[in-house]
Amino acid sequence: MSILINKSSKVLVQGITGREGAYHAEKMLEYGTQVIAGSTPGKGGQVFSALGKTIPVYNSVSEAKAAHPDLDATIIFVPPAAAADATLEAAHAGIPLIVNIAEGMPVLDMMKVVKELKSLPNVRLIGGNCPGLITPGECKLGIMPASTFKAGRVGMISRSGTLTYEASAMLAAADIGCSTVVGIGGDPMIGTTFIDLLPMFNDDPNTDAVVMIGEIGGADEEQAAEWIAKNMKKPVIAFISGRTAPKGKRMGHAGALIMGNVGTAESKLEAMAKANVPVADTMEEIIVLTKKALGL
Amino acid sequence: MKLHEYQAKELLASYGVPVPAGKIARTPEEAKAIANEYASLTVIKAQVHVGGRGKAGGVKLAKDANDAFEKAQAILGMDIKGLTVKKVLVAKAVDIAKEYYCGLIHDRNVQSFTLMVSKEGGVDIEEVAATNPAAITRFAIDPIKGLRAFEARQIALDAGLEGNLNKIAAMMVGLWNACAGSDATLAEINPLVITTTGEVIAADAKIDIDDNAMYRHPELEAYREVEAEHPLEVEAKAFGFSYVKLDGHIGVIGNGAGLVMTSLDVVSRVGGKAANFLDIGGGAKAEIVYNAVKLVCKDPDVKGILINIFGGITRADEVAKGVIRALEEGILNKPLAMRVAGTAVAEANELLKDKPINIYPTMMEAATAVVKEAAQ
Repeated sequence: MSILINKSSKVLVQGITGREGAYHAEKMLEYGTQVIAGSTPGKGGQVFSALGKTIPVYNSVSEAKAAHPDLDATIIFVPPAAAADATLEAAHAGIPLIVNIAEGMPVLDMMKVVKELKSLPNVRLIGGNCPGLITPGECKLGIMPASTFKAGRVGMISRSGTLTYEASAMLAAADIGCSTVVGIGGDPMIGTTFIDLLPMFNDDPNTDAVVMIGEIGGADEEQAAEWIAKNMKKPVIAFISGRTAPKGKRMGHAGALIMGNVGTAESKLEAMAKANVPVADTMEEIIVLTKKALGL
Repeated sequence: MKLHEYQAKELLASYGVPVPAGKIARTPEEAKAIANEYASLTVIKAQVHVGGRGKAGGVKLAKDANDAFEKAQAILGMDIKGLTVKKVLVAKAVDIAKEYYCGLIHDRNVQSFTLMVSKEGGVDIEEVAATNPAAITRFAIDPIKGLRAFEARQIALDAGLEGNLNKIAAMMVGLWNACAGSDATLAEINPLVITTTGEVIAADAKIDIDDNAMYRHPELEAYREVEAEHPLEVEAKAFGFSYVKLDGHIGVIGNGAGLVMTSLDVVSRVGGKAANFLDIGGGAKAEIVYNAVKLVCKDPDVKGILINIFGGITRADEVAKGVIRALEEGILNKPLAMRVAGTAVAEANELLKDKPINIYPTMMEAATAVVKEAAQ
């Protein structure tokens, strides 16, 4: 079992006729994800064919939703300039889970999206600038390489794509699998953050521990630490990337930026220590601490 | 993208925000001519992308045209925190009765912009925030509705600002309009001056533009100054790399921002210091890796290179091909330690097995080896 997605999740792919959308739609189908519809404005009526399956393409998300009322989730493959619009289109069409992959969205666009989504409490947005999420063995709603994930009982939440793959692969090599792995994205404004997902893992009977991979910038890790100290019943293992990054420089991710005294690694490490959350100093140590937490 | 004060003021003026008359001078002669034209007291201000210009001696009052010449001569060419002053703003001086602060910052905690207003203007607001946080009035702006005049008036009242309330509020709304209209991530007026005759004027301004939104602001492209960036950063941008020049001696190349950041941390953990951050991005082909190696090898600070790849979408064999090409063309002339894992790692190892390239199973081992070798 898992959070957010499982083997029965029905998925829409926005931008399915584009290069990226088509490529990843096929990869998701290959994994076993139930991709049942696609949408691209102006391409309604076409079909998307892959792996012997034909998937109908609609002009809009509402058309797709009307034809497939059981749609649970959508994943968006459009350029960053169109990502805010595509996200709101899905939200207003009533798709409860939206994954936005786009890297490079203007901050103001995302602010407006986040604000508007507050009036749609049944909609959850993951990303932007994220790899998506995966419930290993059941459903892949993202662009991550399938081979690095193994099914199991550890939840994972991460601001970094590659570190997610790396940590999952290391866990798998130690014969530890994951319930659900969520890449929340590296932008300064994201739809879902640690404190949104920790309660879900806390309540998921099939998750025994949670690995959270944070990085410099913002205060999401500090908020998460506070929440964990008050509410978390399961062990959490943290990792903070960018400990040696200088102030005022964006380290690849738009959100990995220390501004003044906000967003420093020290502040995050201190918050974790206060909440009694063990922090791995190296990637390898994530595995050691996870094993310890699981009593292995 | 950071704007200079004069650029920020131009932008604000286009949104109806009153700013003092001013022009840019690149020579003392030009400064003299401008001061002559204004025939009043002027302020000569260094235009560099760094705070604390005043303290560094980069802002001086000039009483007449000849004085403007001398002050400009003193400031032009001056070094402020490592940046050479190439131009000065010659602005009409204003008669200050009060100096306030008014700024919009992207605030991740409120998932919007926070408007900050304070009676303590003309000083570093971060210092005020640290020493006297109660002196700052904060208001979270609804990014969809924007800042309305009635809200601005209330904030001005709450902050205890004295002066023409409508004019002060209009300046705040103008600042918001400029900020939202040009996709700024930071926009501040400091000081917001109330003159002795009761006018409200933006005596200094600072604006940063969201690079991700530059595509919809071609008009702001003219404000970009390539020479203000590190030449290697400019070159990296042309290749589409995410690159940051750092002050150490180990060149670091990897895929994915998180993995590269972690690689920098590991280098530091084993006693080294990174010379750069270079993310080749997802799905990089051999050509891109080749260009990355070439770029890092150009950096004279680099004494050794760490390549750390976890193949997800990126294929490890493509990375190997790029590195081998750089090696065979004689470009790769510095010690290299490489760690590759993930997708197509077997193919990569096959390609690399007869080459004089050191491969390590973990990033820690690779970093340890290269830091040691670079120290010799």
